[in-house]
Amino acid sequence: MNRPNPITRKLAVSFAMLVFVGIALMFVASEYTAYQVTTALAYGIAILGLNILTGYNGQFSIGHSAFFAAGAYVSAILITFAGWHPYATLPIAAAVTFSMGFLFGFPALRLEGLYLALATFALAVATPQILKVDALEHWTGGVQGLFFDKPDPIFAGLSVDHSLYLVTWLVFVVLMVGAWMLLHSRSGRAIMAIRDNPIAASTMGINLALYKTTTFGISAMLAGVGGAFFALANSFVSPDTFNFFIAVYLLVGSVVGGIVSIPGALLGGLFYVFGQEYAEEFSNLSEMIPPPWVTFGVLLILMMYFAPFGIWGAIERGWARLKR
Amino acid sequence: MKLLEVKGLKAFYRQTQALYGVDFELEEGSITTILGANGAGKTTTLRSISRMVRTEGEIKFDGQDITGLSTEKVAALGIAHVPEGRGTFVRQSVEENLHLGAYTRKNKNDVANDIDRVYAYFPRLMERRQQQAGTLSGGEQQMLAIGRALMLRPRLMLLDEPSFGLAPLIVQEIYEIMARIRDQEKASMLLVEQNANIALNLADQAYLLETGHVVMSGESEVLRNDENVRKVYLGY
Amino acid sequence: MDLFLQLTLAGLAIGSVYACVALAVVMIYQATDHFNFAQGEMAMFSTFVAWALYQVTGSIWLSFLIAVALSFIAGIIIERVIVKPVENAPIFNQIIVFIGLLMIFNNLAGWFWEHTTKTLPSLFPKHGIDSTLISTHNLGVILFTLLILGVTFCFFKFTKVGLAMRAAAANPDSARLVGVSVGWMLALGWGLASAIGAVGGVLVAPIVFLEPNMMSGVLLYGFAGALLGGVNSPGGAVAGGLMVGVLENWARQYVPGGSELGLTFALILIVGVLMFKPAGLFGRVIIKRV
Repeated sequence: MNRPNPITRKLAVSFAMLVFVGIALMFVASEYTAYQVTTALAYGIAILGLNILTGYNGQFSIGHSAFFAAGAYVSAILITFAGWHPYATLPIAAAVTFSMGFLFGFPALRLEGLYLALATFALAVATPQILKVDALEHWTGGVQGLFFDKPDPIFAGLSVDHSLYLVTWLVFVVLMVGAWMLLHSRSGRAIMAIRDNPIAASTMGINLALYKTTTFGISAMLAGVGGAFFALANSFVSPDTFNFFIAVYLLVGSVVGGIVSIPGALLGGLFYVFGQEYAEEFSNLSEMIPPPWVTFGVLLILMMYFAPFGIWGAIERGWARLKR
Repeated sequence: MKLLEVKGLKAFYRQTQALYGVDFELEEGSITTILGANGAGKTTTLRSISRMVRTEGEIKFDGQDITGLSTEKVAALGIAHVPEGRGTFVRQSVEENLHLGAYTRKNKNDVANDIDRVYAYFPRLMERRQQQAGTLSGGEQQMLAIGRALMLRPRLMLLDEPSFGLAPLIVQEIYEIMARIRDQEKASMLLVEQNANIALNLADQAYLLETGHVVMSGESEVLRNDENVRKVYLGY
Repeated sequence: MDLFLQLTLAGLAIGSVYACVALAVVMIYQATDHFNFAQGEMAMFSTFVAWALYQVTGSIWLSFLIAVALSFIAGIIIERVIVKPVENAPIFNQIIVFIGLLMIFNNLAGWFWEHTTKTLPSLFPKHGIDSTLISTHNLGVILFTLLILGVTFCFFKFTKVGLAMRAAAANPDSARLVGVSVGWMLALGWGLASAIGAVGGVLVAPIVFLEPNMMSGVLLYGFAGALLGGVNSPGGAVAGGLMVGVLENWARQYVPGGSELGLTFALILIVGVLMFKPAGLFGRVIIKRV
């Protein structure tokens, strides 16, 4: 029999704590807050994908809004045209975006660093245009997009928003644990070895192409699942929701949360949604204060000066100092 | 006159200390060599003078303390550093490399004359003047690096292992030219070498560095005849 | 045939603007190895400044020149104050700083000048030439861009500061050793890029209307042009920008669905070129001996 080692125990404790916190939060949060947190979690799931790809595998992407959009549209189309149950669409959204990411991973193999960032940047900018194309209008709803209902509560007595929040939270926790296990496995070490020294990794017999395309696929899949939850939370998708800025927000959330971390994804999603809200409140204080996005931009730059490894990085470093 | 005086020099790369209180000096118009094995701190000594590493202690050039200056200001004082690995501007042409060497100088005619002078020392560079410098051979790049340093009209040249990675014949050629430069330009040089034999032939004074400490110093002749130096560094 | 010529010439005109942006991008890339994602927004902001000056002075040329000069200074200040602190930070952090700048400029413009579209008059007279093939503005844009590019080329090729900037970009350590102040060369590069971006902005404004989001598409085409031509080749970047402009115009006319898919087309172009020619069409593969 395997004895549970301390790391596994730490993981189990974190898992239990996160589930507990999620359920506890549900009782105190208003419907609107529940909706906000759901949105933050949807971004968080996508950011998790970005962290795995960029932080752990060293491949850039500022085009994850494309996969985010794809996941959202797959869900929306299946709900609207096939009448599927909203949650039943999630695996399909995951499968479709995994394939998309896996396929995009091949051209990505030939591109390095900033070139890859640029190619994905272009992908992000092109996405709304593709969604608006006349030929696809029947399925995508063109510029108008698609409207549908939020999923019914999973059990009676729960509001629609609280129910969706709970499901999103649980899925997120499971995905975080999954990501943790992946990155601490043999494959995870391969993924990181590729980031640190691709040549050495390949001489050790790691199949670079396979690992990189698969990682791209997994990352895109997480972005797709995040996008699907985002669509469910808003009960609506439209091309301009998924403009290039979503890709930027995901990257911002990723770096701000801590790009080489798993909990950072959660923090990044929360930062994005609530940081924006606080920036907005701050701007409303006076006519003299510039609009929220200016404040947010300044906040971002300051974060990079004072917490270069993101919020989770700062927490880890602070903790290490306390223990010393 | 003392052109360069270094006292109690300590140097650090982040947390790691590379020099532990090094003292040496250099007379104007003379050649001083710093010898030592890999990792002894030779390159670090030169980088300290050029203000490329964090240091403690005193570095005086021509009586002026230079520890507070930036690298480019040190160059402007007339200290030409031929760095480890030659520092070639690989995408610029040979002639552009030489022009860069004269970046701090104003008089265009003087610069043009000096370029001709460098070509006179290194006719091979003349042949390749319009060529992308990255396409030169190792020896030619070393010549270009020395030529670039000469373009500053330096009061002091810092030379970091001019023999590194070159065939013995080329090394000999380069050292012969360096001797000519010393005679004709009255140049002062601080020469760092692993190849102790050839460096001691050229230099007037020598210092022996081991793991960040000066362990021996004196006239080149004295070091050459020292039994330990002969066994360990000269190999006979 | 006339239609084809018209499309090509109009493509060259808009391509000139892409070429300006591409050149600005390449300039900063060469100096720092970064793509400045805020380049487009900075150019947009400069254009608004030109517009505001025009409201006061009534002279488009004067406003243009002042705006370019101000952009040059602003570029230097931005490098010294905002970008310098993250000089040695990880690449993600630098990208985030650029994104922060992008947000700041985009929204400041909206705050100062509102999100309604404005019209900026052309730098060139309305009735200069009498041709059905090309408008005076477009002809002016092409010629003016060529002039700017020529001047820039000469600056880098034949002046001491230009050479020092190239050296500082290629080998900063060595450049310091010969007395070049690398930090100021970077700042100067930012200033020049920002000024050239301003030129592009003022040239494109009469075509696309002046509003805070006017440059996002232009920036992408500029990137596409830079990559197509080769990111380490300023001349290539310019050629790339022109080609993207022409190809885009052709695609709009001759490819079914081309009118809606302009950006998608640019995407395919970028990825396509990078797959087969990672250094771009005119990019030099640097020969290096070790």
